[in-house]
Amino acid sequence: MSLDAHLVVRRGQFTVDVELSVPDGAVLGMLGPNGAGKTTALRALAGLEPLTGGHVVLDGTDVTAAPPEQRDVGVVFQDYLLFPHLTALENVAYGLRARGLPKAAARADAAEWLDQVGLTDRAGHRPRQLSGGQAQRVALARALAPRPRLLLLDEPLAALDAGTRLALRTDLRRHLVSYGGPAVVVTHDAVEAMVLTDSLVVLEGGRIVQSGPPAEVARYPRTEYVASLLGLNLYRGAARGDRVELTGGGELVVAEHATGEVHVAVRPSAVALHRDRPEHSSPRNVWAGRIAGVEAVGDRVRVALTGPPDVLADVTTDAVADLELATGAEIWVSVKATEITVYPV
Amino acid sequence: MTSGRTDGTPSLAEGVAAGTPSLVDRVAAGTPSLVERVADGSRTRRYLPRRRQPELLRSRPGRSGAPWPLAVPAAIAILFLLLPLVGLLVRAPWTELPTLLSDPTVREALRLSLITATLATGVALVIGVPLAWVLARVRFPGRSLLRALVTLPLVLPPVVGGVALFLALGRRGLLGQYLDRWFGLTIPFTPFAVVLAETFVAMPFLVVTVEGALRVADTRYEEASATLGASRWTTFRRVTLPMIGPSVLAGSVLCWARALGEFGATITFAGNFPGRTQTMPIAVYIALETDPDAAIALSLVLLVVSVVILVSLRDRVLNAGKGP
Repeated sequence: MSLDAHLVVRRGQFTVDVELSVPDGAVLGMLGPNGAGKTTALRALAGLEPLTGGHVVLDGTDVTAAPPEQRDVGVVFQDYLLFPHLTALENVAYGLRARGLPKAAARADAAEWLDQVGLTDRAGHRPRQLSGGQAQRVALARALAPRPRLLLLDEPLAALDAGTRLALRTDLRRHLVSYGGPAVVVTHDAVEAMVLTDSLVVLEGGRIVQSGPPAEVARYPRTEYVASLLGLNLYRGAARGDRVELTGGGELVVAEHATGEVHVAVRPSAVALHRDRPEHSSPRNVWAGRIAGVEAVGDRVRVALTGPPDVLADVTTDAVADLELATGAEIWVSVKATEITVYPV
Repeated sequence: MTSGRTDGTPSLAEGVAAGTPSLVDRVAAGTPSLVERVADGSRTRRYLPRRRQPELLRSRPGRSGAPWPLAVPAAIAILFLLLPLVGLLVRAPWTELPTLLSDPTVREALRLSLITATLATGVALVIGVPLAWVLARVRFPGRSLLRALVTLPLVLPPVVGGVALFLALGRRGLLGQYLDRWFGLTIPFTPFAVVLAETFVAMPFLVVTVEGALRVADTRYEEASATLGASRWTTFRRVTLPMIGPSVLAGSVLCWARALGEFGATITFAGNFPGRTQTMPIAVYIALETDPDAAIALSLVLLVVSVVILVSLRDRVLNAGKGP
């Protein structure tokens, strides 16, 4: 089982043109901003969106012309789309019944799947009686039960609250691993991408702008979107030795020497803020900024500052009070040279 | 009641033709007032407490009452709709009612009406629901024209429908001449003709209601079904139909009610043979000339049936509305 696809979908001015290849047992993450074509690409894989060009080859079989019901592709939709008039068990059994399994056998098999996702006691419940997390697990069981040749997940955890998401993320990874076939996960959550996937493609404007293992994409983001998504400050500039002159204004001292056009990445947690100019400090980069916005992110606070260079800083809630961080306030910014990642464009 | 329903039809038809889901709401919303009206007329004021009356003319909370250019015509409209029903109830020969209704002609007419209306609804379900699906789901040239043609019987005078049926299926009709020549089948003036006339007039109510429901239904459930390996037919049976179930039910009830009240097309195409083609509305019309008391009694029966339909429709639809 493996997926090899070249998807071309033209819709008016917008064209999605994406090449994907996923080996057995691997999980490919599709990352990208809204409207980048992620969902369109996923629907094209499922046969729900007609291709303008290209091909979809599953397991060596060309299914480009096959309608969705003949593709053998399991889909977990973003809002699950559990059939409201059927119980959890009947939902899971649906795909097995549709493939011609006798009722009793389908129900027995479905019961096993519900057991696997830990929902045996919910078998007789209708979707509206299930919590978000339970519905997500029923949707996963429903997609997996017919043992599809390809599994597609469209933002599988997006509809859940933070606590449930955390718990289900690990579960989902476990199910993806034991599934064994190729899987494609659409997401725009960085952590989800890191935890669930073996490789990432980043879509922007219908095209792949970057691909690689998650860690590599996170360390060397190639576009603003990836950088901000992964919580990074990303700059472009011209490097000369240990100095990088940034395209948007400002200069940074870096630990790694480089030359020519480079990307410079700084994690927001590596950015320190001070009320007064730090004098006797090891940070080599100090500049004055003005606070453009303050926003809570989990247990930390993300502060957006205008520079140059503009920068995002993650600080603790205590620091917000200590530093009297308020929009419009002037503040000193410092970043250690060793905290800056430089890589060629 | 027959004339009352005829008056009511165009507005209902417009709602149906518009294909809005609010049709059902509107019908449902109309129910309590009708029930109250009936109750009011028959049993003093117990079912219509005095304190509720001002509310009829009051708009949303937090706003002042309706301005008189709206309030006065509205009151006239209420009276206009109420008065004939009150008249029916006041003039009803209550004491002779059992005798009148036990008359064999009446029982025959009622039986024929119930059977033919039910058969017509059955026919409409079997061919009308698939038609609604085609109109809602399949793209083909001339679809909007076909949709307009399907709704034509809603606005067409039923008598014209009867004449048209005659020209198509009569002994010398377009198709009827061959049925007669090859199979010896004659349709007009038979109970079958009654069913056909009622179906012709009533089916659009079902088609339009179901098509409206199909068009607002979330087609992504059908996509989910397809990805699970279900054919389009399986998807229709196991996903689409259950999800639009309440609308199919509502459409069937509307269709049945319309078939029950059918007069013009039926008398034109099927005639007036007691026991064979004389339905309740026709019996009412005939009785009015010879035995007005019997006509009133028959009207009362139809009125009761209509009220029961509206109440049941309202309850079903409201309960279904509490679903997902």
